Amino acid sequence: MSIEVRHISKTFGRFRVLRDVSLRVETGELVALLGPSGSGKTTLLRIIAGLEQPDPGSGAILFHDEDVADQRVGDRAVGFVFQHYALFRHMTVFENIAFGLRVRPRRLRPSPVQIRQRVEWLLHLMQLDFLADRYPHQLSGGQRQRVALARALAIEPKVLLLDEPFGSLDAKVRQELRGWLRRLHDEIKLTSLFVTHDQEEALELADRIVVMNEGKIEQIGTPDEVFHSPKTEFVACFLGQVNRFSGRLERGKVHFATFEWLAPPEAQEISCLANIFVRPHDLQVLVEPNGQPTLAARIDHIHSAGPKVRLELTADNGQKLLAEITQDQYRTKQLSVGSRVFLNPQNIKVFPLPSQEGGKG
Amino acid sequence: MAASLRSNSRHHIRGHAPASDLTEPWPIRLALILGTILFLGLFLVLPLVAVFAQALAKGWEAYQSALCQPDTVSSIWLTLLTTAICVPIGTLFGLAAAWCLGKFDFPGRKLLLALLDLPLSVSPVVVGLMFVLVFGRHGWLGYWLESYGIKIIFAVPGVVLVTLFVTGPYVARELIPLMEAQGTEAEEAALVLGANGWQTFWRVTLPQVKWGLLYGIILCNARAMGEFGAVSVVSGHIRGKTNTMPLQVEILYNEYDFVGAFAVASLLAGLALITLVLKTILESKTAHQMALAQVSGPETTVAINSNGAT
Repeated sequence: MSIEVRHISKTFGRFRVLRDVSLRVETGELVALLGPSGSGKTTLLRIIAGLEQPDPGSGAILFHDEDVADQRVGDRAVGFVFQHYALFRHMTVFENIAFGLRVRPRRLRPSPVQIRQRVEWLLHLMQLDFLADRYPHQLSGGQRQRVALARALAIEPKVLLLDEPFGSLDAKVRQELRGWLRRLHDEIKLTSLFVTHDQEEALELADRIVVMNEGKIEQIGTPDEVFHSPKTEFVACFLGQVNRFSGRLERGKVHFATFEWLAPPEAQEISCLANIFVRPHDLQVLVEPNGQPTLAARIDHIHSAGPKVRLELTADNGQKLLAEITQDQYRTKQLSVGSRVFLNPQNIKVFPLPSQEGGKG
Repeated sequence: MAASLRSNSRHHIRGHAPASDLTEPWPIRLALILGTILFLGLFLVLPLVAVFAQALAKGWEAYQSALCQPDTVSSIWLTLLTTAICVPIGTLFGLAAAWCLGKFDFPGRKLLLALLDLPLSVSPVVVGLMFVLVFGRHGWLGYWLESYGIKIIFAVPGVVLVTLFVTGPYVARELIPLMEAQGTEAEEAALVLGANGWQTFWRVTLPQVKWGLLYGIILCNARAMGEFGAVSVVSGHIRGKTNTMPLQVEILYNEYDFVGAFAVASLLAGLALITLVLKTILESKTAHQMALAQVSGPETTVAINSNGAT
């Protein structure tokens, strides 16, 4: 079932949490709402679930192209996984999962045998069989997370909403559960929307990513699109690290530091100040100048533990830069702290600055 | 660090190590312990024993017959009646108030919280006087009520009303911190899963606070049975009619009927002892619920493990 959000705004007191947000999640998709804290992503999720009301007259929430604004929370058939799981402390794992079925009106309620079967099936699916009689406080973080998910799935929801599903787990468990959630989604094909502030999580898990900032959607796209073709400076900065240069667009050329590049096609005609972004792995590191224009720099730190080697550098003009090279390159180039190197950007993103000269924003 | 500290202190106690910073020398320890025992014995245990000793001074027969005096019996009935009315009402009110103040935020919440403390912070005698001023013959409502033949002050309704007033906050005071600590996530989860408001309350909210609720009820009950000051002002001390047990104790004592006075007092003291035992048991249960409320959050793996082990 698809989810559609049309022109939703939300204000708490004087604080505008969401500003005219529109979004569509197609049936069976796994979509991430990515943004820093305070960007309104959790509020959007809660509005979709029906736990918050959007500002009066601001827009519509549609499930399967049907307006659900007047439906009670419980009638929307959403599975919601809370950030801190919100398990019922006084119930066993089994009772927690069975809750949603037990509270149904009598004529819709499955028989006790059916309830038992469904709960046992879910326990099995979540690999929790041996924990049925435990209480939540006797479980580890990862186990609680899976109980919360099983409880949400027990009511056969049409959409699954997850608020920071891995936020309070340690790195190792998080990694495991991530892969596990992806497989689960591929298996049951439930339209799912999850909130996260972790770009890595979003890039790895989601079919599409919705990047949010200050109550607005900055960009919607596949992980590839938002990472490689960020539409705004915010998206470029939020998804991975960047080196930022101040430069100038002029007559179809971009000038920054010691470089001159051809301007991107859409910025051929304008002349204005611009920000130029280069990702650390796009900054080629040379031991000797290769004839092309380069930027000379000195290595301050080397972080070599990991799949890639990260270099912290200071350019001759005083700017601090980050570069990322492979372990192979690191070994053959014999770099060390204090070495003098020459940098050459391979790939740049240009964001014209709005200015009096009439540049576009 | 902690481990080394502990082993150090053990070493000091076992061996004859020089005086450590962590423990006092034994004469001081002995003096402190003896002092505490002496104080407790003198001010707590001895008076309690004295009550029962006095009550039974002339034997079991005298004790029984003292308790069977018609006025005394009627005072016991009145106390039981008052309690039977006040505790259920106080419980319902407390639950409603705690749910409202502990789970929701709204303008005026702080003011209501402060008002809830009023009955506990005002002297009971003043409470009694307040009710006399409002419901007494010369009070604001007294004349009007009397024209309908309703008598409140110097009658049973007055006793019940002031008791209601002074016992009102106990259940709510006990539940509000607990409900605040538990937050509303569990209720939201229940709603999303399709439960209606009533199911959410019975199946989620109430079970999560049950020990705190029982604790509050017991405190409320103890105060309802033991209240003296406020009841004394509004009751009018009419024998066999408006005297509660504490008032009956005073009257008998003033008449030098020591066996009678202490016999009734022994009942109240017995109640206090039972309350104390229940309170101790329930307190640990509530503390456990509170702890659970706090570990439900993030970064709690360690806390949970230690909790699960206990």
